[in-house]
Amino acid sequence: MNTLALPVSEPHGAGALHGMRCIVARDLRIALRRPADSAAVLFFFVIVVSLFPLGIGPEPELLRRMAPGIVWVAALLASMLSLARLFADDLSDGTLEQQLLSPTPLSLLVLGKAFAHWLCSGLPLALVSPLLALQFGLPSGAMGVLVVTLLLGTPVLSLVGAIGAALTVGVRGAGVLLSLLVLPLVIPVLIFGAGAVDASLVGAGVAGHFSLLGAMLVLALAGAPPAAAAALRIALE
Amino acid sequence: MAILTTHPHPHPLPRSTTNWFAWAAPQRFYPLAGRMVVVFALLAAALAAIGLYIGLVVAPTDAQQGDAYRIIFVHVPAAWMSMVIYVAMAFWAGIGLAFNARLAAMFARALAPTGALMTFLALWTGALWGKPTWGAWWVWDARLTSELILLFLYIGFLSLHAAIDDVRRADRAAAVLALVGVVNVPIIYFSVKWWNTLHQGASVSFSKAPTMATPMLTGMLLMALALWMYCIAVTLVRVRTLMLEREGHTAWARQALEAR
Repeated sequence: MNTLALPVSEPHGAGALHGMRCIVARDLRIALRRPADSAAVLFFFVIVVSLFPLGIGPEPELLRRMAPGIVWVAALLASMLSLARLFADDLSDGTLEQQLLSPTPLSLLVLGKAFAHWLCSGLPLALVSPLLALQFGLPSGAMGVLVVTLLLGTPVLSLVGAIGAALTVGVRGAGVLLSLLVLPLVIPVLIFGAGAVDASLVGAGVAGHFSLLGAMLVLALAGAPPAAAAALRIALE
Repeated sequence: MAILTTHPHPHPLPRSTTNWFAWAAPQRFYPLAGRMVVVFALLAAALAAIGLYIGLVVAPTDAQQGDAYRIIFVHVPAAWMSMVIYVAMAFWAGIGLAFNARLAAMFARALAPTGALMTFLALWTGALWGKPTWGAWWVWDARLTSELILLFLYIGFLSLHAAIDDVRRADRAAAVLALVGVVNVPIIYFSVKWWNTLHQGASVSFSKAPTMATPMLTGMLLMALALWMYCIAVTLVRVRTLMLEREGHTAWARQALEAR
């Protein structure tokens, strides 16, 4: 697996973006070879969401009111599941050390890994969410808003989660600790993600929510990779 | 990655002529901190005594809230401290990370439990005040909610530090978390505020405080100063313990331990 696509072996002159592409392709290939991992995240998401009607009762009006929050909280929890392995597997087989030595800036590699993580966890969640919205009786407008907020918000979860994954790499009890660190930091995403769907349910405008989610995504794109790279260097020094 | 450049002198024994860096050596700071603890602890006790006297005896009973309002003499200063300490913790963590300064990292670690305690105290006294005033121990008010999230951030910092065995690595990892957190705190605060205004529930607005009688204000400010002094004193005590713990292999630390 180490020989798959290490940027170190790239010819000189290959751009930094090429190294990033290699990481994305490599992580996607690994994910495709272990499809059960990504599927487990998706099923976890669906199961958690389905638990709520069983817990609070089948009353349609109540469920419709709670649907945005339930789907979003489940998305937060589901994306935490796979984050613990974001760097841990690479650490255990030595690939991570090679990535630190690579000529490609570590921030870009982290960005690539977060992007691959999103393709395998966040994107499927967003794509399956209309089905769950149907179960909760959301109207089609709110359903569309839910998908868009998930598409905008789940990348932030992957990016901020990458910081947490880098901080806890090789630490005992990393999974629980990771959730403890990351969940408070992504509360704004939850607020505006679920808030947009709520707003569309009552017929209010959602442009503001989308703008703020977009702003968070931009901030996370700029800030999270360097922070995660710094955390990885600390973990491996 | 400039923040990770290692300082050319990872063990800054005080060679420089500026007095400022000299105290960054645990060996020198330890006795100084010991004297500072006494000063700050005495100041804290004196200020708290005067502040509580003014707050509990001199200040008049509030026309609307009765005597229940008197919790603010602990509640408001604790809430201030919980926020100030988080920023101070992130500041020292950043210094520790940037200059590889051991003492700064110890300060960050020493501030965290006090900050968490102040946050908890603010929440607890807030609940005690809320029950008679609002009729509920807890409402999802913007300030309460963001204070609760602040407590989670402190717990995250402490848990991460505790989970990593190598203290230097723990310091640096927790420092990254504190810095990420301090960037996030305003975002969290404003999102929670927005969230709260969107979900107008039964929450009572208490942002418009009635104009405060002078003794109330004096008592509160004195108590705020007292808590500042208390937090500094307790942090210094904890820094001294951390220094002894981590420098246990050195001769001065062993002498200091025997002298205790």
